[in-house]
This record gives sequence, C-alpha cells and structure tokens, in this order.
Amino acid sequence: MSLTATSTTAAHVVGRVEDVPLGEGRAFVAGGTPVAVFRLRDGSLHATQAACPHAGGPLADGQTDVNVLVCPLHLYTYRWTDGSSPSGVTGVRVYPVHERDGALVVEVC
Amino acid sequence: MGPQTDDRVLGGRPFSTLHFGLDDVDGVDPRQRLVVVGNGMAGARVVEEVLERGGGEQFAITVFGEEPHGNYNRIMLSHVLAGEEHEDDIVLNSHDWYADNGVTLRAGVRIDRIDTHAKLVHAADGTTAPYDQLVIATGSRSFIPPMSGLHTHDEQLLPGVFGFRTIDDTRAMLAAAATHRRAVVVGGGLLGLEAARALQGHGLHVEVVHAGTHLMNQQLDADGGAILRRSVESLGIAVYLATRTTEVVGPDRVRGVVLADGRTIDADLLVIAAGIRPVTEVALMSGLEVERGIVVDDQLRTDDPDVYAVGECAQHRGELYGLVAPVWEQARVLADLLTGTDPTAEYHGSRTATKLKVAGVDVATMGVNRPERDTDEFLVISEPRRGVHLSVVIRDDQLIGATLLGDTRKVAFLTQAFDRGTPLPEERIRLLVDLSDGAEEVGVAELPGESQVCNCNGVSKQAICDTVAGGCSSLSGVMDATRAGKGCGSCKSLVKQIVEWAADGDVLEDPTASWYVPGIPLAKPALTEAIRTQRLRSVSAVFAELAPGGQEDAKSKMGLTSLLRMIWGSEFEQENDAKFINDRVHANIQRDGTFSVVPQMKGGVTTPAQLRKIADVADKYEVPMVKVTGGQRIDLLGVRKEDLPAMWDDLGMPSGYAYGKSMRTVKTCVGSDFCRFGLDDSTQLGIDLETRFQGIESPAKIKMAVVGCPRNCAEAYVKDVGVVAVGSGKWEVYVGGAAGATVRKGDLLATVGSAAEVIELTGRFLQYYRENANWLERTYDFVPRVGLEKVKQVLLEDSEGIVLHLDEGIQRSIDAYTDPWGQDGRTPATPGQFSTALPLVELPKVPVR
Repeated sequence: MSLTATSTTAAHVVGRVEDVPLGEGRAFVAGGTPVAVFRLRDGSLHATQAACPHAGGPLADGQTDVNVLVCPLHLYTYRWTDGSSPSGVTGVRVYPVHERDGALVVEVC
Repeated sequence: MGPQTDDRVLGGRPFSTLHFGLDDVDGVDPRQRLVVVGNGMAGARVVEEVLERGGGEQFAITVFGEEPHGNYNRIMLSHVLAGEEHEDDIVLNSHDWYADNGVTLRAGVRIDRIDTHAKLVHAADGTTAPYDQLVIATGSRSFIPPMSGLHTHDEQLLPGVFGFRTIDDTRAMLAAAATHRRAVVVGGGLLGLEAARALQGHGLHVEVVHAGTHLMNQQLDADGGAILRRSVESLGIAVYLATRTTEVVGPDRVRGVVLADGRTIDADLLVIAAGIRPVTEVALMSGLEVERGIVVDDQLRTDDPDVYAVGECAQHRGELYGLVAPVWEQARVLADLLTGTDPTAEYHGSRTATKLKVAGVDVATMGVNRPERDTDEFLVISEPRRGVHLSVVIRDDQLIGATLLGDTRKVAFLTQAFDRGTPLPEERIRLLVDLSDGAEEVGVAELPGESQVCNCNGVSKQAICDTVAGGCSSLSGVMDATRAGKGCGSCKSLVKQIVEWAADGDVLEDPTASWYVPGIPLAKPALTEAIRTQRLRSVSAVFAELAPGGQEDAKSKMGLTSLLRMIWGSEFEQENDAKFINDRVHANIQRDGTFSVVPQMKGGVTTPAQLRKIADVADKYEVPMVKVTGGQRIDLLGVRKEDLPAMWDDLGMPSGYAYGKSMRTVKTCVGSDFCRFGLDDSTQLGIDLETRFQGIESPAKIKMAVVGCPRNCAEAYVKDVGVVAVGSGKWEVYVGGAAGATVRKGDLLATVGSAAEVIELTGRFLQYYRENANWLERTYDFVPRVGLEKVKQVLLEDSEGIVLHLDEGIQRSIDAYTDPWGQDGRTPATPGQFSTALPLVELPKVPVR
C-alpha cells in the first residue's frame, strides 16, 4: 500500500537453544524488544512479547502446552497461532523464531 | 358461551392462498401417510420432531385440528387473559409454518371416528382421510362439574359462564371482563387462581370457590395451601374452601352462584376451572382401549399397532400428564419410532417438575410433596407471615420431591438434583436456604445485572447471563469465556447458580466437572488407579498414556505434579516445566514479577539470632518490604528471581512453603509456658506438627493452628486443621475451618488424650484429604462434601479399613520431604532456573516503602 508497509523486520540471535529448557520459557531482549521464547516438549519454538498485556506478568515464567501459553499471574491464556486469547482479552504479540546452528533467532519488527 | 367479539384465526394467513400439497396428486406420492389428530401442543410437537428427523421425506403428513387456529402455546393463555402477552405472541406454529414444511393442516375440522381396519379417519365434515400411521393428540377439555342452572334450554352454557381452555375462551372472557363487575372462579387449582388474578387485574371483584380442603391441592400439602390462601386473600381475592358450587343463579344470564352450604355469591361472570379431562371420545368410538385416558405402552402405542397417542389424552403406566415437559419427551420418543431414527426408543414416564407464578406467588414443585415411607427424610421450612413454605422429600440420599412456595431461589439446584440425582449437601437445610457465612446472601434471581459476581476478574451477573444467552450453557464454558470464578475461586458456586438460573435449569452437564484436571478425562480415583497400575511417574508420561491423543494441557500440569508427588513420594520424576513458577523457584511470584521469601519459623517461634540474620539478608539484597505475615512468619517481599539462591544460602533457614499447594504453617499461641490461661503446651505441639508435616503437598493449601485454650488466640477454630487444648491433657481437633474468602468454623473431629494422638489423627486426616479431595478443593469444601460423619467413621472407627494405608501414605510423603531451598540453591534444576523473566529493560513498578 505504501512504502512504510515494507518490512522493517530484523532477525536477532538472542541465545542458544539449550538456554531454554524443554517445556519452559526464558526471557531475552531482541534488539531492544523484550521477548519470551518457549521450547515445547515437541521441540517447537515460540516467541511472544515478554510482558502479559493484561497486567504485565512475566510470560516467560508461564506454563505451556501445544496450543497455549498461560500467564503465571492471573492465568490468562494466549494461543501460539496468533497470540489471541481464548479468555477474550487483548492478545499478545507473537514473533517468528527459529533455530540456526544451535542459535535462537527471533525476528522482531 | 360469551359473546364472540373476535373470530380472527390465530396464526392464520392474512389472505387466503391456495396450497397444493404433494399428496393432492393422487397416486404419485410414494410416502407413507402420517395423520395426526389434534393440533395442540402435543400434536404439533410430534410433527416438528418428525420433520427434524427428516420425516418429511418419509411421510406425507396431515394434521387435523378442531380449532381453526394454528398451534399456540396454551400455557400462556393466562398471560393473555392478564393482558401481559398479545395473543399473536403465543403462536407456536402458524398456518404458514405448516405450508412451508409441506404439512397439510386441516384446521377447524374435528375427527369423529377412526376406522382402524380400513385405516381411515372420519371427519365431522363428512370427509375421510387414509393413514398408514396415526397419532392421537386430542388433549383435554375443561371439566364442568355438575351444577343446576348451568345451561340454557338449548344446551349452551348460560351467558356469562366460561371455561378456560382455548384462545376462544380467553377472548370471550377478555371481552366480558370489560363490561362485568363481579366474577366467581370455580376451582382453586393453578388455572383457577391464574384466571382469578387475571380478572382481578381487569378491575373485577373476584371470589374463588374450591372443592378441595386447600388451594392447589394437586401440588401443595395442606400447610402450603394454607399459606398460599393467605397470599391470595391478601391480594383481595376471597377464597371459599371445601365447598362446591351447586347452582347457577339465572335464568337469562349469570346472576350469582349458590354454594353447597346454602351461601349465595352475587356474580355476573362465572369461570369454570375445576380441572381438565382427557378428550377420549375419538378413541372410545373407534374401539381403542380407554381407561382414564387412552392407554398406551412404552412406545406410546395404543392397542392398535398403527395408532399412537401422546400428550394429555394419553395414559401411560397409569399416569396422565398435564405438563409440557413430559409431552415433549413423549413427542421425541414417538418421532424416533415413527422415523426409525431409534426403533427401540421407549418412554418410561416423566419426573415432573414445574415452576410457575400463581396469583403473583412463585411456586415450584417437583415429584412428591410429602414423605411416603417411614425412612423418607422430610424437611419443611414454613414462614406463614412471609408467605413462604418450602419442603423437600429425600429417599436414599436422592431428592424425590420438593415444593417451594413464595421463594423459589433454590429451584435451579433442586431441579438438577431431582432430574439427575446430583449429590445432596450433608446439611439438608442447605437444599432450601443459603446458610450465609456472615454476609447476607442474595438470591441470584434478585441480584441486579450490574452487580459484580467475580471480584477477582470483575465479571458482572449480566456478563454471565449474556454468555449463557449467547449459547454457552456449561459452567466451565462460561468460566472460560468470562473468567468468572477463575481468580480466588470463592465465587464459583455463585457463578454456577447464576449459570443455572440464566439457563433456566437447562445446563449442559459438564463432563469435565468430575475430572481431576481438565486435560485428563478421569476422576481422581480412576486417575490415581491408572497412574499406579501403569507406573506413570512423570507428568509427561501421564499425558502420553492418559490424555486424549497424548496431548499435554498447560492447566493440568500443576495438579498432576501434586498428585504424582503424593502417589510416588521420592520415586516421583520431577519435570520443572510441569510445575507452576512458584514451585520451580520455591517462592511466591508477585505482581511485578519479583518474589517473596518466607523462611520457616515453626509455630511462629523465632530467636534473636534468626531475626538478626533475616535483617542482614534484607539489608544485603535491598529487600523493598519486610512484613509480618498472617501465618506468624516474616515475609521478605520484592526479591529478584536471580537473588533467590544466594539469599537462601545467606539465610541458612529452610523454606516456609508460603507459595505451594501444601502444608503452609502452624500458628500457635504461647500456651502454658507464659500465658496465665494456657491449659497445655500449644507452642510445642505446633512446632511438632509443623516439623512432621512441613511442605507436604496436597490438593490445596493447608493451614493449621494450635491454641492452648478455647480463647482461640491463634484462630484454630478457622483452620484446615485446628487443635484446641481443653485441659487435663485433652485436645480437640477441628477440621474444615476457613477464614479466607469463605469463613467457616471447623467441625470437631475428635477430642483426644495426648499430643501424640493429635499428630497421628492429623496425619490420617491429611492423607484422607490428599487422596480424596478434588484439585484445589479446600478442606472447608471437602469436609462438608464428604460429610463429617463419614470422615469420623473412616478415621476414628476405620469403617473402610484404610487407616493403616493412610498412615503409610502420609509417612511416605514425610520421608520424601527435602527442603527445596537446600536442594536447588547450589545446582539449578534447569538452565536459567533463576534467570529473570521481568523486568528486562523496565524497572519494577511497585513503589518501594
């Protein structure tokens, strides 16, 4: 539509894959943006904004399954697919994340 | 009948249009012919149900109705009479509906006779119609008790006399109400009282004459009837009981009635609502078996295999039903049979429950209204002054009847218990009243829409009702959608009541309600059994073996971790991702992502050395707040996650477990050491209890207290386990107390003779609770649910022979206990166990004091 719509996405190496234990999440800063990176037991990687949009809870400390992330403070849930919440509140931002030679790469725009 | 002022066809078409049904074309239609005699609520419902099952393909359907109208909601006639509803609003199926669905409606055509051999129905207009399958749904008509002077010479009812059964009756009464002044209603049942109240609303002076000894004697017992009478009379409606109307004063029109005792009542309008009688003439004339109604079997079949009967005209297992719910059930069964959807469908009778407003008084009844056997439990609450009369009848722990008059707040729960046999509260009185634990409770019906139900998540009653109205009618669904009840959980029962109320009892049974955790479709006993027999020692193993599709569920992990730890003790295979953050880092997460650190301080007893150490640590780590807790410990708040291991090291004290679903703390008073009132050494017993049960995980947190006398300085009466010294070496042990969002005094489990016995009994109770409570079910819910008597029998008399097993179970957990602060401090359980999750770039927002 316009030039501003062109991607300003930047890929950042935030750490090593083994920094995030299986099934858990850890917080990183990707180019100045706080992100929470999760490695599920099925090996898949997910990244979201670090703070819960509801009350600022530390999402990296949340619990997960293949479908959702649960914030530890008030147990709001967010879907991996698009960050939306089955609880009906504002969703979280999800960021593309992948592994490259053992490094965790998060794309933040 | 009265003057017919309106002969408009209800639910009819504005203009006549020709309609050619498929069956008009002779010999072409290959479908079977289904003929329904009677176009009331039962007959039309059968047609609807048949169509819903695709029966339009199988059958050419013809419906005969004696009234010219479409199908309307007869139950609402009293509302039409009262002027609360317009008659157009009570139409259920208009003439157009029949046409649109390819159903031939022969409205205004009465059937006189069925030729079951030729399979033909003969209509009063001389026409006939062949059938393959026939449904009789002729309903019932007003019963007109014998009284002299009721009819004119030409056998018509005297002008001013009305039945109350059809829309035409209702229209005629409405027209008459405008020009008449004094009405007598014969019949003090539901219909009579509704008619009386409606006519009074039109400005008439109304009197009710009832042959029974009390009003609504079909539904209410004598005491309830007496209370209803007071309520009705307080509205200004006179009531005459136990007397019949023997004569109508005429002769040209109604001028009054004479009662059996000779009294005369002036009246210019007479309504006869003395009950209904099944319309069975067609069946009788056709040679079908008729007793009080048309006799049908469990497949609603008469003694002719191709003729069925449903609704008020049918007599099933000796019962006639006059309520709509059984009729709906019959229609479903019949449609299953006719269409072959379920050729084995059977109707086994209905448990009838009804809720209505009679003459402005709320009434709900279900099942029987009085005990029938010596062993039946019968509870009555009668408040004549308020017009309230409530009763329940319980047999073998099941609700078999309830009557609520003047206060129907508990109807949703009772209906569920009645229909589904849901468990009843041990304290039966809770079936009828909400025993408030301090604050005044308001019935959900009266609760204003904007009032906040869930204070944790700010959910109003309206939001819950809107969600139910939006099609969500299971408790868990509503809780997920609104988050109501998902904070502290103390409002959950209120949320449940509102959902039930909003869904008008039509709540989807929630299969997940009985599961221990939402992700594994098993209740606790089955889940425990499966874990044991399949030797599942980790949460991921449980998901792999027991979850649908082997899929893990985030919200089930914490409960499973707790359960596995209880079952396997030291053999449990820990997985940090299956733990809640508090259990991963052995501290309580705070709103800003920092943590609180509470060192163990057994029995609330500390030393100057300990206090110095805590003070030094607080200084060293710049702890923003140091606070004395309600559990007699010291809380260091606002600690950064990454500082936790070093702090524990410096403290050199064990964890106080201020974070887990586990035994938290044992509060004590100073007991006999210093207190001049103390009867026994409560302090030492508290320390001993905390030493023995420290950190024991359980379905929800456990708080204990020991006090040295009944002055209760450490609040033992409101703890999960509370111990009170009563002198001479004796101790009372209370269980199930609470002083949180719920306040409840514990129940006295036993009085024992030594501190050792207190410890033993506490261990048994804890293990019994751990093995049987639902996830997050506190003892204050668990003990009343199981029943104190049962708990006593199991723990004190060993009625189930499990005491030894309980002792072993708790001992296994005690043996498996290790202090988590000593455990994880030096070597993290997982990489980055104590790395910060927040703040990363921002600073904490909680102000430092």
